[in-house]
Amino acid sequence: MDSTIVLFLVQDAVINGAIYALVAIALVLVFAVTRVIFVPQGEFVAFAGLTVAALEAGRVPPTLWLLVALGFLAAISSIAWHWREMDARRLARVIASTLIVPLLLIVLTNFIAPMKLGLTANAILTLLLVVPMGPLIYRIAFEPLAEASVLVLLIASFGVHLSLVGLGLAFFGPEGVRTTALSDGTYNAGALIITGQSIVVIGVTLALLAALALFFGLTLTGKALRACASNRLGARLVGIPTSVAGQVAFGMAALIGAICGILITPITAIYYDSGFLIGLKGFVAAIVGGLASYTITALAALGVGLVESFASFWWSTYKEVLVFTIILPVLVWRSFRSSHLEDED
Amino acid sequence: MTPSMRQWLPPLFALAALIAPFTGWMPPYWITLFNYIGLSSLVALGLVLLTGVGGMTSFGQAAFVGFGAYTSAVLTLDYGISPWLTLPVSLLVTALGALLIGALTVRLSGHYLPLGTIAWGIALFYVFGNSSTLGAHDGLSGVPPLRVGTHAIIDPREYFVVVWIAVVLAIVATRNLLDSRIGRAIRALRRGAVAAESFGVNAPRAKLIVFVYSAVLAGLAGWLYAHFQRSVSPGAFGVNTGIEYLIMAVIGGAGRIYGAILGAASVTILKDQLQNILPWIIGSTGNYETIVFGAILVLVLETAPSGLWPLISGPPPPPKLTRAPDVPLPQRPKPAPGTPLLQVNAARKTFGGLVAVNDVSFEVAAGEILGLIGPNGAGKSTTFDLLTCVQPRTSGTIVFCGKPLSGERPQDVARLGISRTFQHVHLAPDMSVIENVALGAHLRGSAGTLRAFAHLERKEEAALLNNAKRQLERVGLGDQALSLAGSLSLGQLRLVEIARALCPDPILLLLDEPAAGLRVGEKKELARLLRELRGEGMSVLLVEHDMDFVMSLADRLVVLDFGQKIAQGAPKDVRSDPRVLEAYLGGVA
Repeated sequence: MDSTIVLFLVQDAVINGAIYALVAIALVLVFAVTRVIFVPQGEFVAFAGLTVAALEAGRVPPTLWLLVALGFLAAISSIAWHWREMDARRLARVIASTLIVPLLLIVLTNFIAPMKLGLTANAILTLLLVVPMGPLIYRIAFEPLAEASVLVLLIASFGVHLSLVGLGLAFFGPEGVRTTALSDGTYNAGALIITGQSIVVIGVTLALLAALALFFGLTLTGKALRACASNRLGARLVGIPTSVAGQVAFGMAALIGAICGILITPITAIYYDSGFLIGLKGFVAAIVGGLASYTITALAALGVGLVESFASFWWSTYKEVLVFTIILPVLVWRSFRSSHLEDED
Repeated sequence: MTPSMRQWLPPLFALAALIAPFTGWMPPYWITLFNYIGLSSLVALGLVLLTGVGGMTSFGQAAFVGFGAYTSAVLTLDYGISPWLTLPVSLLVTALGALLIGALTVRLSGHYLPLGTIAWGIALFYVFGNSSTLGAHDGLSGVPPLRVGTHAIIDPREYFVVVWIAVVLAIVATRNLLDSRIGRAIRALRRGAVAAESFGVNAPRAKLIVFVYSAVLAGLAGWLYAHFQRSVSPGAFGVNTGIEYLIMAVIGGAGRIYGAILGAASVTILKDQLQNILPWIIGSTGNYETIVFGAILVLVLETAPSGLWPLISGPPPPPKLTRAPDVPLPQRPKPAPGTPLLQVNAARKTFGGLVAVNDVSFEVAAGEILGLIGPNGAGKSTTFDLLTCVQPRTSGTIVFCGKPLSGERPQDVARLGISRTFQHVHLAPDMSVIENVALGAHLRGSAGTLRAFAHLERKEEAALLNNAKRQLERVGLGDQALSLAGSLSLGQLRLVEIARALCPDPILLLLDEPAAGLRVGEKKELARLLRELRGEGMSVLLVEHDMDFVMSLADRLVVLDFGQKIAQGAPKDVRSDPRVLEAYLGGVA
């Protein structure tokens, strides 16, 4: 292996690492605010990629109908859970918050999709279609379970994952897609050829990380989310509605996932079920970061990218094994560092 | 339903189930399905113990099923060993594998453990799929069936009996384990290791026992699977299957034994029926069953977050107090009153720059009540933690019964005869009062896990429970023995903690604010009890804020302020000591 290959592998690792970092941060965010280990995070990535591909082909993406279905489910679930206290005003509010956005998007998407407006328009429309799924999923699956244990939330999370993957197959079909690069330039830096795509990926990731830092540091919503994360009861006592916080967290997770999807689909083929493995690797990074620290999480994601990239070069059959076994020593080390006499629950 | 009827229900049900396939009412298809349910039940039962009771989430159980299945398949195919002989080997191999993996992973705390189990689950799956000895991705086929004499057990109806006898045995063993000294320790651990360790429970070891036991159940399922399926391939042992086992345990009701069977049955039947029914309803073949399965899973959890079994049977029944003859437990010899018992010399604890305990020295004599008082933040509770080795001290020496303490763990200190209560009550709210108290006598029993499985330790167990009952009566809560600890008031919980601390027959009793939350009458009773204990030769170190209580009771007082000892002596002298008055009243006197 010469330095060109090393540099190439590192570049590959950095790109994948950036995606895992974003997924991991979304997982940390959702867990911190709602205690849900959000297994289906990767599904947002896959669905966004598949949506961009459909838009590039000038088709109305099936994501639209998936979103409409989720809207109806959320409406039914809200009505069913609050049947006793349902009156006309409340009913109107439920319908407004669950169905208006999907129905508006039906009009918008059918109008725009055949026009093939290009990269930016496709990306924006994709975000519009994927991001509302986050809050809707929270309302359907997790809001009624807000008081349940982490274990129950985790199992429910698997339930949502199974359903979404099944829906993905039903709506998108089994074919994989790749989309056109966001930037087709290449730049030479010594022996290394840097693709414009990788610059876009790194740039967007850094911008997004900075935006998140600003959001949590400066805005009231961001601070409210952090308050929910550190103490749910306390947050409720000072008037932060935890349900809204949960929806915001899921919306942000969907946004981050969708951006990942838009970024990664030009690089690797995405299938309806590609999300799980991406999510799992993000999860590895999130755990190494202790489901708490954003900085360590991002570094760990880079580490996952490196291990994966070099393992696929040397020992490709065992690529996945290596990624998952290499974390065992890290876990043991972290576990020894934290106090051994901790009270659980 | 009367309790005695309840008691006979499970064996009757088990008997009916074993006869069912031979009545001709059960279609062969369902018999096979129930064989698979039985196999999953074994794995889920292990998870109920591991996850529901022990609080350790594992996605990797399917790999242990693989251990059992592959071991038997290789031994029977390559070495021609009889399947009955491979059973112990399969279980042993699984147990050793679990011991190795567990030694590494049960130490993982919190969220690291589930990820750890995913990690080795995936790794082992790839090992199964890539090892040529194990037939790589194709697996091994032609595994011989079980035989009785010359008769091969191939008919699913006959195999049904084998599988469900295994399930019944596993249920009995698991129930027995939970209703034992070891089981009590495991159950208490989940609600906080500090209390359990302070009464001598070796937490990592207890966790490892659960881990290995649950793996052995999975290995048993694997052995049964290999000789029922007659072939073994890696697909059945992946992480997805591991997740499914966990779903079964949680849906059934994590922590409930029969929940494992209900969960296994619900998940298996649901998946199977969805595959049959959905194409018929929707008309096309697609992956619709996973969509509906996922949706039903979420819906069930939303309506029954603690699982299905509690919906049917309600909260778990309280333990039965065995009416075995009361064998007295061996008593610890007490040192003669007045002889030095505990010497603390310049004990120091710093947290970063903060000196919580600053070179504090004092002594406790045998048969003495020593009051340790001081304003909030004086370092009293930290001193307790140093004495019980819950926290390591920065410097200084502690000598107990002439033996210097160095590097001891809380469970070693408990063994020496020091027993304590906690300022913030550390009891398991979902266990009965008597079980919480009996945890205190952990070190007075010796029966291990294997004897617990067969309930061969009933005499010892009766002695431990009777002792716990006596201590409860001593603190005036004898009538609350079977209530859940979570249903008691704070004052009562403090008394339960004292009863638990009395269980080990300690030489030195450390009480951290025992009178807080007690009513006047209860305080008087407590003071009477403590004097009685002193009369029996027990020494008491008492942290308390209620001055009337401590002044009337203590033989001597040690006063701490900001981590330093500022005074000691008889209560009446300390009461007029100017430095004490300044510490408490800010120097107005």
